[in-house]
Amino acid sequence: MRFMLLFSRQGKLRLQKWYTATAERDKKKMVRELMQIVLARKPKMCSFLEWRDLKIVYKRYASLYFCCAIEEQDNELITLEVIHRFVELLDKYFGSVCELDIIFNFEKAYFILDEFLMGGEIQDTSKKSVLKAIEQADLLQEVSWASELT
Amino acid sequence: MLGYPAHFGQMECVRMIASPRYSEKRVGYLGAMMLLDEKQDASLLITNSIKNDLSNSNQYIQSLALCTLACMGSAEMCRDLAPEIDRLLRASNSYIKKKAALCAVHIVRKVHDLGELFTKAARSLLTEKNHGVVHGAVVLITELCERNSETLERFRKTVPDLVQIMKGLVISGYSPDHDVAGISDPFLQVRILRLLRILGRNNEAASDAMNDLLAQVATNTDSTKTVGNAVLYETVLTVLDIKSESGLRVLAVNILGRFLLNNDRNIRYIAMTSLQKIVGTDHNAVQRHRGTIVDCLKDQDASVKRRALELSLALVSASNIRSMMKELLSFLSSCPPELRSQTASGIFNAAERYAPSQRWHIDTILHVLTTAGGDVRDETVPNLIQLITNTSELHCYTVHKLYRALLSDISQQPLVQVACWCIGEYGDLLLRGECQETEPVQVHRAQQTLVFPSANSDCDPVNPLTAPLSLHNSTPDSRIRSIVSIYGSCIDVELQQRAVEYNALFKKYDHMRAAVLERMPVIEKNSQGHTNGETIKESQTVKVKPGEPQQPANQVCDLLDLLGGSEQPLQPSPALGSAAPPIPVSTPNTVGGDLLDLLGGLEPTPITPVATVTVYEKDGVTVTLGCEKQSDSGLTVTLTASNSTESDIRGFTLQAAVPKSVQLHMKAPSGDSLPARGAAKVTQMVVLNNPNKVNLKMRLRISYTSQGSAVQDTVQIDSFPGLGQ
Repeated sequence: MRFMLLFSRQGKLRLQKWYTATAERDKKKMVRELMQIVLARKPKMCSFLEWRDLKIVYKRYASLYFCCAIEEQDNELITLEVIHRFVELLDKYFGSVCELDIIFNFEKAYFILDEFLMGGEIQDTSKKSVLKAIEQADLLQEVSWASELT
Repeated sequence: MLGYPAHFGQMECVRMIASPRYSEKRVGYLGAMMLLDEKQDASLLITNSIKNDLSNSNQYIQSLALCTLACMGSAEMCRDLAPEIDRLLRASNSYIKKKAALCAVHIVRKVHDLGELFTKAARSLLTEKNHGVVHGAVVLITELCERNSETLERFRKTVPDLVQIMKGLVISGYSPDHDVAGISDPFLQVRILRLLRILGRNNEAASDAMNDLLAQVATNTDSTKTVGNAVLYETVLTVLDIKSESGLRVLAVNILGRFLLNNDRNIRYIAMTSLQKIVGTDHNAVQRHRGTIVDCLKDQDASVKRRALELSLALVSASNIRSMMKELLSFLSSCPPELRSQTASGIFNAAERYAPSQRWHIDTILHVLTTAGGDVRDETVPNLIQLITNTSELHCYTVHKLYRALLSDISQQPLVQVACWCIGEYGDLLLRGECQETEPVQVHRAQQTLVFPSANSDCDPVNPLTAPLSLHNSTPDSRIRSIVSIYGSCIDVELQQRAVEYNALFKKYDHMRAAVLERMPVIEKNSQGHTNGETIKESQTVKVKPGEPQQPANQVCDLLDLLGGSEQPLQPSPALGSAAPPIPVSTPNTVGGDLLDLLGGLEPTPITPVATVTVYEKDGVTVTLGCEKQSDSGLTVTLTASNSTESDIRGFTLQAAVPKSVQLHMKAPSGDSLPARGAAKVTQMVVLNNPNKVNLKMRLRISYTSQGSAVQDTVQIDSFPGLGQ
């Protein structure tokens, strides 16, 4: 996976994760272009499209578009599953996740993403172990806050 | 970050990463991943922190470091830290191992040479129980094999292990941890299949080892959900890529066929993408699904339409051309604008290759021009014109159709161009034909409407004016002349120029008009795609310049040009200002050889062993030829003309034609008038270059005006004195 974007129907970017080194200017341009293309698509249309030399896989969950850019040899259908798994993780973590959760706790969303994907690839195929790892990390964070106060 | 500039945060990140507290580290690393990338200098500052954190006792801190390195590690950082990663790959818990594996993937992507470092560790990781670790290992091995063919050879030995793991996944019972909709760990399955594809490519032994497994996966996987389809898709891709046995291939194509019938648009899309890849090799298998593919042309989705179009064009063959063309033409009328030009060119290619009859071919092209004229390529027009001239029996039919099409819709430029040309050439057929109600009046009115809108756009103005002229030739009508004169004062410079030239043609050179504007002969097809048709038009119009003394010669020039583009014979003297257009170097035309014969009237000249020889003597005009060898292949020929009649001769020109491989260059003549009674002579030098040492022949055309009448004659020179045959 080259990058993953999360944006709302109004065209506001909520999350962006780039797995390749890209200049800031180029990132902005790509995001703008892609948002335009994806937001223009009608509801029943195909989830895959070709853009530049990449394949774009996107899926809409409520008001958020999850958009991944994969390479020529990657499997589009399994990428859809990856997106779905990520949404499930968010859902489990936040408890019935909605866009607001991601807006106000974007750092947690990133932590979850970083525990789930690394370098564009899945780290662990078991949902439970990912959630457990995040839980543990959060606990560690709490402990370190607590030790700061005492 | 989230759209707001955050440069100030970079140093903060560096500070926080260095802090001992986990909470700060966590946020610091996150900040680093978001704000820093390898191009920033600050990223180097965190290298040391990462190094320290990689050896931290707390695995979560280690994981933060690994994650950050995998996300934004630059080449230098990777080089520095690679040994650390390798250490972690071998000796740590599975949580870290899986992360280290993916970090290694990033390192290999950044610095290819470091792949060697991880090969051994990767191999051993395959035997682990933890799915995450195995998954990481498979990804790492895939990356290593893709980069380096030696590593690929080495990892071929792992095929049995991989097959074993896959079998375990497919057959094993329900495993709650990794199950997705009934499929056991589909992510790992897909990854393994992909690695098997790479290992089995071009290798018989490896492919054999996987055959059973692939068959098993293909048949046992449940395809009701997307997940199952994802695994099946990967299996199909693998089967088609390795050296699988034919039964397996048929199975794979059948799965794709099933996908095509699936209700889910995504599945149909990827089915067509995969079929596109194999349509070259397994053509017949894909043909079976032609019906479904053609149906997909009518799908709502643009991506599906595009895929269906590409696949349909690939499936066109001689047997199904008629039905496919019907579908494609109806698609053209309703397709989205971005696909139009692709469809049009595809249709043209298919029509060219498989047209069952000329008439069908012309009909198809006309249909395309009327529906999507604006999107066709430029060479379509000359190609179509050539096709039309070649099918002489259909001239009448074609011109009628074009005329009617033009009456209904004048906006499509290529159509207008073709129609103009045809009406000009075959206008008499139009009037004579079955279409009784068409009167000359209507045709001319149509001409007028043609010329007016074209003048406003910036399309080629030559056509609309040339056509009425050609029409006039066959069916004289004074209105055409008035139309043309109107344009004598047009704002568009090109149009004005042409109009003035044509007017001159009417006024001064009326006697030649018929010859200049007579019907074009059949155009030879040039392999370049640049037909002689274009050159002819150019040469025709360019030559009609009023006040040129060489008028008669030019008209002849055209005729000669018409028949053989490859000959470089016609070099009117430079005094004309090289009016001859650059003739494209085309494939040797058989016509070229005939050129010399076509002009008729071979007059064998007696071979005289003197240095100069009289090559032509008639009506008091004598032309003598002398030649001198300049070099091994170069020859200078001097032509001298004299006039022994009682009256002066004006406008005397000589033109020469030589065989194909010989290069000819005519220098300027000393003059163009021959005073009476041989008072003065006209000489002209011709430089010939004969590198291939072919039999040198030259055909000379002599033209002049004497006592008010134009005279033209031709003579062939077969031997050159002083050359030594």
